[in-house]
Amino acid sequence: MSDQENRKEPIRKDRHEEFSHWRTGISKFLRNRAACFGGMLILLFVLSSLLAPVFYSRDPNAQDIRHALEPPSFEQPLGTDELGRSILARIVFGGRISLAISLGSVALALVFGVPFGLVSGYFGGKVDFIIQRITDVLLSFPPFLLALALVSVLGVGIKNTIISVGIAGLPHIIRITRGCVLSIREQVYVEAARAVGTRDGIILFRHILPNVMVPIIVNATLFFGMAIIFAAGLGFLGVGVQPPAPEWGTMLGSGRSLIFAAPHVATFPGIAIFLAVLGFNLLGDGLRDALDPRLGYE
Amino acid sequence: MFIYIVRRLLSTIPVLFGISLILFFLLRSLPGDPAQVIAGELATQQEVELIRQQLGLDEPVYVQYAKFLSRLVRFDLGKSTRTQYPVTQEIAPRLLNTVILAVTATLLACLLGIPAGIIAAVKPYTAMDMVVTALALFGMSMPAFWLGLMLIIIFSVKLKLLPVGGSGGFVYLILPAITLAAYLIAAVARNTRSSMMDVLAQDYITTARSKGAQEKTVIIRHALKNAFIPIITVVGLQFGSMLGGTVLTETVFAWPGLGRLLISSILARDYPVIQGAILIFALLFVLTNLMVDLTYAYFDPKVRYE
Amino acid sequence: MNSEQLLSIRDLKIRFKSFEGVVTAVEGVNFHLAAGETVGLVGESGCGKSVTAMSILRLLPKRSAQIEGNIHFSGMDMLAADEEALLKIRGNSISMIFQEPMTSLNPVMTIGDQLAEVFVLHRNFSWNEGREKAVELLERVQIPSPEERARNYPHSLSGGMRQRVMIAMALSCQPRLLIADEPTTALDVTIQAQIMDLMLRLKEKLNTTILLITHDLGLIAETVSRVIVMYAGQIVEEAPVTALFKEPLHPYTRGLMGSVPKLGQKFKGGARKLDEIKGIVPSLQNLPDGCRFNPRCPLAMRRCRERAPGMVRMGGQRRVRCWLAGGEK
Repeated sequence: MSDQENRKEPIRKDRHEEFSHWRTGISKFLRNRAACFGGMLILLFVLSSLLAPVFYSRDPNAQDIRHALEPPSFEQPLGTDELGRSILARIVFGGRISLAISLGSVALALVFGVPFGLVSGYFGGKVDFIIQRITDVLLSFPPFLLALALVSVLGVGIKNTIISVGIAGLPHIIRITRGCVLSIREQVYVEAARAVGTRDGIILFRHILPNVMVPIIVNATLFFGMAIIFAAGLGFLGVGVQPPAPEWGTMLGSGRSLIFAAPHVATFPGIAIFLAVLGFNLLGDGLRDALDPRLGYE
Repeated sequence: MFIYIVRRLLSTIPVLFGISLILFFLLRSLPGDPAQVIAGELATQQEVELIRQQLGLDEPVYVQYAKFLSRLVRFDLGKSTRTQYPVTQEIAPRLLNTVILAVTATLLACLLGIPAGIIAAVKPYTAMDMVVTALALFGMSMPAFWLGLMLIIIFSVKLKLLPVGGSGGFVYLILPAITLAAYLIAAVARNTRSSMMDVLAQDYITTARSKGAQEKTVIIRHALKNAFIPIITVVGLQFGSMLGGTVLTETVFAWPGLGRLLISSILARDYPVIQGAILIFALLFVLTNLMVDLTYAYFDPKVRYE
Repeated sequence: MNSEQLLSIRDLKIRFKSFEGVVTAVEGVNFHLAAGETVGLVGESGCGKSVTAMSILRLLPKRSAQIEGNIHFSGMDMLAADEEALLKIRGNSISMIFQEPMTSLNPVMTIGDQLAEVFVLHRNFSWNEGREKAVELLERVQIPSPEERARNYPHSLSGGMRQRVMIAMALSCQPRLLIADEPTTALDVTIQAQIMDLMLRLKEKLNTTILLITHDLGLIAETVSRVIVMYAGQIVEEAPVTALFKEPLHPYTRGLMGSVPKLGQKFKGGARKLDEIKGIVPSLQNLPDGCRFNPRCPLAMRRCRERAPGMVRMGGQRRVRCWLAGGEK
C-alpha cells in the first residue's frame, strides 16, 4: 500500500464506516420486535396528535352536564368527565399538548446542552471547569424538583412548563455530550486530523459531532418520555398546564378527587401517559442496541 | 482511601455554595416585590418599606447574599409567611416522614430489584428473563402518581384493604412506599441484570469455573461483588429522582412529608418554605451521592488500598 | 484405545448458534495425549484451537455451543459426565490457564483467597489452611514476598506475575493434564521465556501432561515433543516436532514455516519481502468447497477444489490432510 493511500484512509474510512454502520443499525433495529412495537406506539401517538383536528370530529371542550361522569359506553368509548366532556376526545387532543411539550423541552435541552457539552469536552481547561461546576450544581437537584422550582419562579402554563422541563434535562445532556466527546477526542483519527492542520471548528463538526450523535439520539428519545412524565407531574400538581386544557397530567389531577365516584376519569389519561412513555423507552432502547451498545452511556 | 474520602468531601463544598447561590437567586427572581408579597395587599407604602428594610432588601446584592449565607450556616431559614413559624420548625417533622418513606422505598427496591436482576442475568433470554425485563420496562414507563391512584382504586376503594391516605402506622406506609419504589425497583432490576451480564462475560468468571467452582458459588462469590459497584452507583443516582418523586407520591396519599409541604408552599407562594424545602432536598441528594461514592471506595480494592 | 492414553478426542464437532445462524467452529478433530507428553496445538486466530481446548472441560457457553463427538479423559466420558463429576475434575485433574493474565483474575478477591479457593473446593481445606498453602504456592512460582502478595489484589501485580499466579493456581492440585491456552502471548518477550521455563520445570516435577496452544512457532519448536496443526476448524497435520520443522508436509504448514523470519536468511533471486501465504483465512460461514485451504494453496489441483481430503497416515507417527499425500481415507 503506498503512502498516499495510507493518508487518505483515515478520513474515507470514517465516512464509509459511518454509512454501513447506519445500514446495519437499521436492519438490527427492524429485527428487534420490542423496538418496532415502541416505534409503532410513537407513530400512533404522533399521527393521532397531528391529525386530530382534521379527522376527529368530537370537541374536547364540549361540555354536557347531563351526561357527566358516565362510564365507558358505545357512544363514549372512554366515558365522560365531571363536565360531561368526552374523555377520549380529551386524551387525543391532550396528546397534541404532550407532543408539543416534549418536542419543546427536548429541543431546548439539545440546543443548549449539546454545544455546551461539545465545547466543554473538546477545549477542556477553564471553560470545561466552569461549565462542569455549574452542571454539578444543577445535577445536585433532583430533576423534577428543579423543574418544580423553575415553575414556582416562572409561573404556570404550557410555555413555562416547556422551559422548566427543558432546563431540568439540560445538565444531563451536557454531561453525556461531554463524556462522549472526551472519549472520541482521544481517538487516532482526531489526532490525525489535527496533525494535518484542520481547524478546531471543522474537527468538531465533521469528526466529533457525527459520532456524538448516536448517544445523543438515544438519550433524547428517552428524554422525550421523561419530559412527558415531568409535564404530566407538573400538571397533576396544578402547576403545569392549566385546566381546561386537556393535558394528561392535569386530567389526572382533576380526576383524583373522583376516584370513588368515577375511577375511569383518572385511569385513562394515565394509560395514555404510560403507553407514550413506554413507546419512547422501547424506541430508545432499541436504538441503543441497534446503533452501538458500546458507546458509553450513563 | 483516606485521600479519596477527603478529596470527595472537599469537592462537595463548591457544590454546596452553588446550591446556596441558586436558592438565593431563586427568591430574587420572583415576579413582583417580595416585600409587597410578605406585607400583603392591604399594606401601606410605609409598611412595605419597613418590611423591605427589615428583610434587608434595600442593600446591595452581595451583602444580601453574605447575610443569607451567614443565616444558613446557623440553620436560620427564615419564617414561613403562612404560619409565621420558623421554617426549620415546619420542615423538621415532615422531613422525618419523607425520610421514612424514602428509606422504605429504597429497601424495597434493593430487596426486590437486585434478586430479580440476578435471576434474569443468570438465565438470559428465557421466560423468566423476559418477564423481569418487561416488568422493569413497564415500571420505568409508568407515572408514579398514576400508579398510586390505581393502587388506591384497587386496594382502598374496591377491596377496602388499605387506607386511602394519611399517616399513623405501618398500614399507611405500604401503598405510598410501593408507589414511590416502583420506578426504583425497575431501574435497579434492569441495571443489576446488565451489570451481572457484563460481569458474567468476563475472563475471571471462566477462570473460576475452570477451577471447579459450582455455578452458584461463581455467581455469589465471584460475580456479585464485582457487579455491585455499578448497581450502587445507579441506586444513588435514582435515589435523587425518587426524592423528586416524593412530591407527587405524598400528594396522592396525603402523606405528611416534605414533598407535600413543598407543593403546598408553592401554591401558597410561601417563599421561605419553598427555599428551605428545596435546600433540604438538594442536601439530601448531595449526601446520598457522597455516601454512594464512599461505599464505592469500600468495594473497589483499587481505591481502598491506594 | 491405548491404555496409556490420558486424553482421547474423536470426531469432535462444535457448532455455535448465533444471530446469523449456526456456525461450525470445529469439525472432525481427532487426537490423543499420552501421559507425560507435551503437545502443541498450533494455528492462526480463529482456527478453532481455543474452542477445542475449552470443550475438554466443557467451559463453552451451554446456550450457544453444540458439541458432538467423544472426549475421554482417563477412561471417563467428559461429554456425558454429570455436573458433579465435572466439577471434581476441573482444577483438580485437569487445569487450564488462559491468555490474558490481566483479566483472568477476580479483581475484588485477594490473590491468596483465589489460590486458597482451589484447596477449599478440592481438598476440603478451611479457608485459613488454604491461605497458608497459597503462600507456599507463591513461593514455588518464585514470586517475591509471598505473604504480602497473598494479601494483595490482582491490580497490584504485573502481567508476568499474574500469569505466575495462574500457573500456581492451575498446578496447585497437581493435575494430570494442564491445558495452556496462549499462556505467553500477552506478555513481553523476556517474561515469556521465564514463564515457559517455570511451567516446564513444574511439569517435570509433577509429571503433568501439557497441551500447549499457541500461534507462535518458535515457542513450539523449543518446548513440545509433538505438534498438531489446525486450520479453519480442522486438523491439517500432526507430527513429532523435529520432523515437522525439518519437513513440513502440508502446504499450510510449509507456508507458516516460510513466513517466519530467520537469522541469516537469504532471499531467493533478489526478493526483498518475506514469503507470505496469499489470501486470508476464510470465514467459517463461507468455507470454500473441497479442501478448506485450496484457494490459498500454491500447489492446489483441480481435485482439491472438488473434494475435501481426509487424514492420511504417514510413517513416523505423522498424519496429513492433503491430496498430495495420496489416497482416500
